[in-house]
Amino acid sequence: MSAYVIQGATGPWELVIGLEVHAQVVSRAKLFSGASASYGAEPNSQVSFVDAAFPGMLPVVNRECVAQAVRTGLGLKAAINLVSRFDRKNYFYADLPAGYQISQFAHPIVGRGVIEIELEGGAIRPIGVTRLHLEQDAGKSMHDQHPALSFIDLNRAGVALMEIVSEPDMRTPEEAGAYLRKLRTIMRYLGTCDGNMEEGSMRADVNVSVRRAGEPFRTRCEIKNVNSVRFVMQAIEAEARRQVEVWEAGEAVQQETRLYDPGRGETRSMRSKEDAHDYRYFPDPDLLPLVIEQGWVDELAARLPELPDAKKARFMSQYGLPSYDAGVLVMEQATADFYEAVARGRDGKIAANWMLGDFFAGLNRMGRGIEESPISAEGLGGLLDLLADATINGRIAKEVLEAMMETGEAAAAIVEARGLRQVTDTGAIDGAVDQVLAANPDKLAEYKGGKEKLFGFFVGQVMKAMAGKGNPALVNEALKRKL
Amino acid sequence: MTLEFTLSSARNALRARRISSRELTEAHLAAIEALEPALNAFITVTPEQALAQADAADAAIGRGEGGPLAGLPVAIKDLFCTKGVRTTAASRILEPFVPPYESTVTANMLRDGAVFLGKTNLDEFAMGSSTTTSAFGPAINPWQRRGANVQLVPGGSSGGSAAAVAAGMALASTGTDTGGSIRQPASFCGIVGMKPTYGRCSRWGVVAFASSLDQPGPFARSVEDTAILLGSMAGHDPKDSTSVNRPVPDYVTACRRGVKGLRIGIPREYRVDGMSAEIEDLWSRGIAWLRDAGAEIVDVSLPHTKYGLATYYIVAPAEASSNLSRYDGVRFGLRVPANDLTDLYEETRAAGFGAEVKRRVLIGTYVLSAGYYDAYYLKAQKVRALILRDFTEAFGKVDALLTPTAPSAAFGLGEKSDDPVQMYLNDVFTVPASMAGAPGISVPAGLDAEGLPLGLQVLGRHFDEETVFAVGAALEAAAGFSAKPAVRMEAGR
Amino acid sequence: MASASSALDPAAVRRIARLARIRLADEDVAQLQAELGAILGWIEQLNEVDVSGVNPLASVGAATLAMREDVVTDGDQTEAVLANAPARSGPFYTVPKVVE
Repeated sequence: MSAYVIQGATGPWELVIGLEVHAQVVSRAKLFSGASASYGAEPNSQVSFVDAAFPGMLPVVNRECVAQAVRTGLGLKAAINLVSRFDRKNYFYADLPAGYQISQFAHPIVGRGVIEIELEGGAIRPIGVTRLHLEQDAGKSMHDQHPALSFIDLNRAGVALMEIVSEPDMRTPEEAGAYLRKLRTIMRYLGTCDGNMEEGSMRADVNVSVRRAGEPFRTRCEIKNVNSVRFVMQAIEAEARRQVEVWEAGEAVQQETRLYDPGRGETRSMRSKEDAHDYRYFPDPDLLPLVIEQGWVDELAARLPELPDAKKARFMSQYGLPSYDAGVLVMEQATADFYEAVARGRDGKIAANWMLGDFFAGLNRMGRGIEESPISAEGLGGLLDLLADATINGRIAKEVLEAMMETGEAAAAIVEARGLRQVTDTGAIDGAVDQVLAANPDKLAEYKGGKEKLFGFFVGQVMKAMAGKGNPALVNEALKRKL
Repeated sequence: MTLEFTLSSARNALRARRISSRELTEAHLAAIEALEPALNAFITVTPEQALAQADAADAAIGRGEGGPLAGLPVAIKDLFCTKGVRTTAASRILEPFVPPYESTVTANMLRDGAVFLGKTNLDEFAMGSSTTTSAFGPAINPWQRRGANVQLVPGGSSGGSAAAVAAGMALASTGTDTGGSIRQPASFCGIVGMKPTYGRCSRWGVVAFASSLDQPGPFARSVEDTAILLGSMAGHDPKDSTSVNRPVPDYVTACRRGVKGLRIGIPREYRVDGMSAEIEDLWSRGIAWLRDAGAEIVDVSLPHTKYGLATYYIVAPAEASSNLSRYDGVRFGLRVPANDLTDLYEETRAAGFGAEVKRRVLIGTYVLSAGYYDAYYLKAQKVRALILRDFTEAFGKVDALLTPTAPSAAFGLGEKSDDPVQMYLNDVFTVPASMAGAPGISVPAGLDAEGLPLGLQVLGRHFDEETVFAVGAALEAAAGFSAKPAVRMEAGR
Repeated sequence: MASASSALDPAAVRRIARLARIRLADEDVAQLQAELGAILGWIEQLNEVDVSGVNPLASVGAATLAMREDVVTDGDQTEAVLANAPARSGPFYTVPKVVE
C-alpha cells in the first residue's frame, strides 16, 4: 500500500481514486450514423438527421467502432463479451437531441481488465478496469457567444465514445496520472483513440473519496471533464483536502458532481442537489442484441500491434536497456519504432543514450515531436556509426548532432565540410600536449607537486588546442606519458 | 365512380388505357373535396403534386413502363414522413414540420409509380383507437347506424386512412399498426387492413410510437389489393436495424391459394366474457366458411392472451415516452418561447401534446423510473415472451388463427366514456399478435344489427403473410361483403 | 409489483411530469393522478403471471444486430438540418442560455 496520506488535524487520511475515461473512438463515421466523426468542421456540417433525432430516424451500428472497442478491450487484457446490448439513457439537455443517449448499461461489450502502471522507483502496480462500453457523444453547446442564448452544434453528437471505468484502486495522484498516461499510450498504440486531452478526444471524470486507514469507503464526489493529466492530479489533491476538512469539521461529504478550477486550484459544486438524474435505462428497441463471433475477436487480436508492456520487456532483453529507459522509449509507438531503426545493427544501449539525451533535448528545444524530427532514424544511426568507428569523438558528435538538427544534413557530410574528423595522429597530439604543458608551467608544477585532479584541466586544454578533435584515449595516453 | 374500382381493377383499366391516371386522380380529388367536410379524413391534401404524379404515370404507362402501382391514387397516413410535404403525426407539436426526407415505405411506393393524394388523419402520435385524439379534429366513419344520424368513429389510430378508402376518397392507403391500429379501423370501416410481421416493412421515416411494435401496412377494399400494396411497401431496409432481410414473395398469387388442407386454430381465450352474440355468430360463420372451403378447424389455447393488453400498456408507453423526448422545441416543430431551457421544454411539450399523449408519456416515464423498472417494464417483457411462446406453440399445431377483430362495431364520437381504460379494451383481440410480432389481416365479414361492419381477423406465423392472405381471401369470397357506407360518392359521380 | 395506484400521490405525479419535461398546471394534477392511478391499477393484473425462469423478450425476431461499414455517407447538409428550426443563428440552433 502506498504511504501517501493527507495529514489532517485529527490524523492521516488515505485517498481512494477511481477514473472514468471517455475516449473518442478513431473512426471515419459516427457510431450509429454515416456522418463524419472528424474534428474541427464548420458547425452543424457533419450532422445526419439520425444525429439530430428527426422524426422517424433510426440508428445503425458502425462495425469499425465495435472493432475499436474490442481492440481496446484486448489491449486492457479484458474479457470481451460476445453478447452485449445497447440501452437508452434518458435525460434532457440542449446537446442531446433525442432526449436520450444510446449507451450500454447492463451488458457492456468489454468486462474486467487491468492496466499496469509503473511508479517512480520502478514499482509496478496493477489497476483494475471494471468495464468498457460504447456510447454516443453529445453535441456541443456554447454559452458564451451571446448574452441571452446558447448556441448548439451537433457535429459531435453521435460520435463513438468508449467509456472506460477503473476500479477504485488508485491511492495517490501520481497513480492516477500514471494510469491515464498508460491508458492513453495503449489506445494510441492500438489506434483506437488519439488520446488528445486538449482537443477533448479523451476526457476524465475523477471519483475521489478519503478515509482513515482500514475503514470502508466513504462518500465520494465526481469531478467531471478534467482535460489534462496535470489537472487530474491537481484536482485530486484539491478535492481530497476539501473532503478532509469537511470530515474533520464534523460534517459529512455530500455525494455530488464537481468541476475543477485550475486557476483557483479548487473544485466547486456543479449541479444543484434536486437535479438528481433518473436515467430510466432500458434496452434500445431500435437495436437488437450485439452479437460478435469469437473468430472475429481472434482475428482482431492476431492483428494487434506489439503493445507497450510487451515492447518494453523486449527492449530490456533484446537491447539490454534498463527499465526506465525502455519505458520512456515505448511511451509512443513512433518513438519506439524510431529507436529500433536506429538500434538495428548497432549498440542498443548507446543508441538509447543518444536518443534519450541529446536527441530528445534537441527536439524539445525545437518544440517538435518525433514525427516532425528534422533527422531520420537512419540519419541518427549514421552519426552513431561515425562514433563507433572513431571517425569522431563524443564531444564532436554532440556538435554534429546539433548541426544535423539545424540543417537536416547527414552526419558524414557535416564532419567533412567542417573538418571535424577526430585527430589520431600521435605526432599532432604530442605536439599539442607539449604546447599546453609549456604554456602552463605553474599548473604543471602543482600537478607534479601532487594535485592529481589537474589532469582534467590539461585534458581540457589539449582538447581546446585541438579544437575538440583529439582522440580522447590518445590524448589521455600522451598526457600520462608526458606528465 | 371511385368506389367502383379496386387497385387491381383500376390498374387493369390504366394499363388498357380505358382510363388515364389523371382522370382517376381528378375523380378522387373531387371525392375528397366533396366528402372531407363530413369525414375529416385528411390533414393535408396535395392536389398539385398528385396531378403531376398522375401525369408522369400516364407518360410512363404510355411508354409501356410503369411500376406495379403506376398511376394509382392512394392516401398516406400522416405518420409517414413525406419529403417536402407537411407531416404532423396529428400533433400540434409537429404542425409546422416539413420533412427533408421520404420514409422508406412511401419511397418504395413512389418508386412503383403511386400517386399520393394527401396525408390522412390519425390519433395523435398513433396513440388511440378512435382517431379522436387528433389535434386536427376527429375523423368520422363514413358508415352510420341504420336510421341514426350519429357521427361514429372510424377506429384508430389509422382512422383517416380507413375512412378515406371506405368512402372512395382513395383506392388504398397506408397505416401503421402498433396494437391494432390498422386492423381495428379496417373492421370499423368495413374494409381490409393488414399488419405484416414486425420487421417486414421498414420503419425508417415513420414517426416512432412504440419501436418494438410499430409496423406499416396497407388498407384497401379487397384482400388482393392489400397484397398488391404490401408487395410495394415491404422489403429490407439497411437503415432500419429491425428490418428483416428476407425476399418479398408474390403476395397476390398467395391470395389465390385457397385453404384446402390448412389447419385453422380457434383460440378459446378470445371468447371473452360479455362478448356480443353478433360477434360470436360472425365468428362461427367464419369458422363454417373456412371448413366449407376445405380447412380443418382446430381448437387451440393461447393461455396468456388476456395479459396482452396490460403488457401492451406498459411496453408501448415506455418506448413512446423515450421516443417522444425529441419533441422539445429545439430543432423542429412547435416552440413555446421561454426564458430558460427547462421552461422551454415544459411549456412546449405541455402545449404541443394532447391529453392522451401526455397520459401515455407519463405512464411510460413512470414504469421506467427508478424502483419501478423491474416490477413493470421488465415483468411486461417477460410476459411478452410468454405471449410469443403461446403463438409459437399454437403455430406448431395450426397454420393460422381465426378471431374477431374488435369487440364491437364502430361506436359514437364521445360514446365511450372518458375512461382511458375503457378505450384501451378496444384492442383486446389485436394486441396479442402485436406483442408477438405476428402478421394479421382484418376482413369485413358481416354487418351488425344496426348495419355497421364487423371484421374477422386472421393471424399467421412470422413471415407467412402468404397464408394470412390466402385465408383472408377465402373469408372474403365466402362473406361476399358488398355493403357500402352511408357517406360516399354516389355511383356515376 | 408494487401497489402503484397508492404510490401515485400528487408529489409523484409532479416528479414524473418533471422527468418528462411536461408542464403540469396545478388544476390538472388531481385528474392525472386519478387517470394514471386507474391505468396503473389495471396493469397490476400482471401480478398473477408466473414468470419464473422466463427471459425478457429481446426481440420478436431471433435476429441479431447487422452492422454498417465505416464509410461517411451522410452529413454536409447544414441548411436541411436547420431548415425546420424554430430558432437559429447562422449555422447554430439557439436556445435560451443555459447556466451550468
